[in-house]
Amino acid sequence: MVIDRRLYPHIDWWLVAAVMLASVMGLVMIYSATYEPTTASVGPQVFRQLLALGIGLCAMLCCMSVDYRLRPAAVAVVYVGLLALLVYTALFGIERGGGQRWIALGAFNLQPSEFSRVVLALALATLYATTWRPQWRAASWAAGGLVLAVPFLLIMRQPDLGTAATLLPICLAIMIFAGMRLKFLAVLGVVGILSSPMVWTYALEDYQRERLATFVNPEQDPRGAGYQQIQARITVGSGGVTGKGFLQGTQSQYNFLPAAHSDFIFSVLAEEHGFLGVLAALGLYMFIIMRSLDTARLAGDRMGMLLVVGITTGFAFQVIYNITMSAGLAPVKGLPLPLMSYGGSSIIATLIGFGLILNVRMRRFTN
Amino acid sequence: MNLSPGGKRGGPATLLLAGRIGVSIVFGLLGLGFWSLQVGQYERLLVMAENNHDRTIHLRAPRGAIVDRNGRVLVDNRYTFNISMIREQVTDLDRSLELLGRVTGASIETLRAAVDDQRTVPAFRPIVVVRDASLVQVAAVQARAIELPGVIVEHDPARHYPGRETASHLFGYVGEAQEHQLAETSDPRVAAGALVGQSGIEQSYNLLLMGDNGARRVAVNNVGREIETIGQVAPRRGRQLRLTIDLDVQQAAEEAFAGSGFEGAAVALDPRSGEVLALVSLPAYDPAAFVPRIDRDTWSALNNDARRPLQNRALQGRYAPGSTFKVAMAVAALEEGVITPDFSVNCNGGAAFYQRFFRCHSRHGRVALGEALEKSCNTYFYTLGSRMDIDAIHRWATALGLGEPSGVDLPYELPGLIPSRAWKRSALNQPWYPGETLSVAIGQGAVSVTPISLAVMMSTVASGGLRPVPHMLQAVRGTSGWDVAAQPEPAPVALRPETVAAVRDGLWMAVNRAGTARRARIDGRDVIGKTGTAQVISLEGLAAVEAAGEDGQRFRDHGWFVFAAPRDDPRIAGVVFAEHSEHGYLAAPIAKRMMETYFAKHAEPERRSGD
Repeated sequence: MVIDRRLYPHIDWWLVAAVMLASVMGLVMIYSATYEPTTASVGPQVFRQLLALGIGLCAMLCCMSVDYRLRPAAVAVVYVGLLALLVYTALFGIERGGGQRWIALGAFNLQPSEFSRVVLALALATLYATTWRPQWRAASWAAGGLVLAVPFLLIMRQPDLGTAATLLPICLAIMIFAGMRLKFLAVLGVVGILSSPMVWTYALEDYQRERLATFVNPEQDPRGAGYQQIQARITVGSGGVTGKGFLQGTQSQYNFLPAAHSDFIFSVLAEEHGFLGVLAALGLYMFIIMRSLDTARLAGDRMGMLLVVGITTGFAFQVIYNITMSAGLAPVKGLPLPLMSYGGSSIIATLIGFGLILNVRMRRFTN
Repeated sequence: MNLSPGGKRGGPATLLLAGRIGVSIVFGLLGLGFWSLQVGQYERLLVMAENNHDRTIHLRAPRGAIVDRNGRVLVDNRYTFNISMIREQVTDLDRSLELLGRVTGASIETLRAAVDDQRTVPAFRPIVVVRDASLVQVAAVQARAIELPGVIVEHDPARHYPGRETASHLFGYVGEAQEHQLAETSDPRVAAGALVGQSGIEQSYNLLLMGDNGARRVAVNNVGREIETIGQVAPRRGRQLRLTIDLDVQQAAEEAFAGSGFEGAAVALDPRSGEVLALVSLPAYDPAAFVPRIDRDTWSALNNDARRPLQNRALQGRYAPGSTFKVAMAVAALEEGVITPDFSVNCNGGAAFYQRFFRCHSRHGRVALGEALEKSCNTYFYTLGSRMDIDAIHRWATALGLGEPSGVDLPYELPGLIPSRAWKRSALNQPWYPGETLSVAIGQGAVSVTPISLAVMMSTVASGGLRPVPHMLQAVRGTSGWDVAAQPEPAPVALRPETVAAVRDGLWMAVNRAGTARRARIDGRDVIGKTGTAQVISLEGLAAVEAAGEDGQRFRDHGWFVFAAPRDDPRIAGVVFAEHSEHGYLAAPIAKRMMETYFAKHAEPERRSGD
């Protein structure tokens, strides 16, 4: 194998096992969500997801084998590569569901924005790998903001506000760990709050404003934008403590829950496996996050720490947002649940991220 | 390790600890959120989930069949097919309607109107676009099923009348329950939209005939497609009824009417029990027009028809009895002791009473009761009328079943009218004049009767004093064979044997001698009977109408014939009412056909000498 044998004992098998377990749970839930009770057949998504999972594991292995301490030039190439893909998507991407987000690759469609999180984390970690001199501090934050802004804007105008928004916490977390002052943060917060009416008026599309308004009061539009949210609550709540059983969820089996196999996979889990299943899944995700944060603590250098913090923050933010949404407790955004939702780009990008986290942990003693 | 170890304020270790705490709190809150939904609001949300997919489809139970006394089917069920559309599954409504019109032959406008009329029905519910489709239409639609997404064939049990118009008044028809019917009954089966009997046997025994609807619980998906059946309760067919009707006698009467060209009514009873063997009212209507539901045009045409096809003349038609009333007069006079059978009157084509000459239709010479009944001598009965009090006549006619409902097990029966002093005072606030009694004595004037009440009168006299309650329900199908229905007991009327014998003899002579009813004579059956004519308007009036060039048909007199046979042990008794036939003797052949048919089916004819 490509990995140095001496590193084997330092591989975090607990994290590998937890990630694999979550992925398999995802496969099982996709199986259920795409099961067609009339014909007793399963949709093709399970096999596509299985294939993506295989590819993702290979990618994870690749990311583990190369030392994460890449030269800045190499990181720049990766970063520019991502921007190129995003630009290509904007120009030639295929449009589906109101957004131009995919690049057609024959059997697969690639969603470059899914990879933006890990690339951003890598780029910012590299940027802040060495401590900037005090007189360059402000400039460093500006540089980091620029690194964030380019992919953010490209993704936002796809339009895909949800995915773009996931970049913000990554950036923020890395900057905080890189030493951003709380005073500075407070200023950012105030600016954010003050600018929110302008964002509402100018930056948001009509449908996004409607989504947010509907979230506040889903009953105002029970057939339209509020439908998913109402159905999500019904789906989750009707699962009760023990759930309706595998393949027995009426909301998902009878298609009352839209996007059951992708964005609302956790609702399917909640319906069929109940509160106990939810607790198990929440525990699993929490374990993965805690274990990753542990890696950040153990990281051998500043770059590794920042990289892990960035990736973990992106992961945690997306997990929390998606699960909140799947219970109908947050506005509906097209954000998949990492590791469980159907989506090749998502699972591959997520596994790449965990490849890097494992990478940092197993090389914590090397220089 | 170039990181400063934990402890330093704002250092990575502190931040990581803050992150861990933050993550723990958020996950805790998530857990609480799910707990609130899955435990706190579980029941409410479960009901909402079930409402999403749970649909109950009602399965209409077929009504019980109706058979005659020999088990021959009078009314049963067939399946009607409706071609329906689930609009949610229709991709292109215009194209589907166009294709549907082409394969079924229905006009696009009709189909579109059907869709427009049901706009408010949820799109996932089937709406009927072609009601009561033919098998050809059903086959055509099923052959093109792939091109007609969302178009389905539904079936529903509906009434089927193998005999078409045969006995249509007797069975009645069914229709959706009306408001007053919903209010009247506590039976849960009689609900809005339920098909209930609206007249005839269908109404009288509606609760027996109605089955128990079934239900199918299905799970539907978000577009309303049925995914699976969760549970099913099969519909239970209503109970089968066996009537006392003899289809052969019924048909014989209807055919005889058709042959005669008259309309009217006929009732035949078994005088021993009151079982109705036949009950005819003409013109009939086609009960199939009510299946699966009657359209507005047909309904208003039936209601506006001057011939009144929906009226059951046997129970609801009230006419002057004419000379058939002489039977009741004879019984009353004999029982009151006003005359003996030997009492005779000289008929010179009429006689003077109360300073006025009352005409007879012929010059009969000296007649006793027998000849008076045989020849229907008015003079004789005027004489009886002049010697009797109207209240005595009223009492006896009522005892024989006239002027009151017979109690037959059919709805909407009307009583006739037998006048009395009390009636005249309350209705007209006038005293009774003796001259009026003379009109009543020959069945004219203020007397009116329904055909069925005359059948009861004839049956009572023929049986020697057993007044039957006509009824038609013989048995109800139970789980193991037929359960015999409770039969109403005939009520005895105290008649002296001499009275019965004298009247029977007179009526026998009317049929078997030189009487008015010879057309009803059957060799060896000793038929007894009496004709009658009910004046519709006066002769002068009729002449005026005809002089005015109008068709006098609808003003012509009605003919009556009451009958029973055999004389000494009657098995069949009844009445024929021939509307506008002018003469009672024209009604007699219809009765003869009924009796012949009856006797042909009953072996060991009790042959008796013709006297």
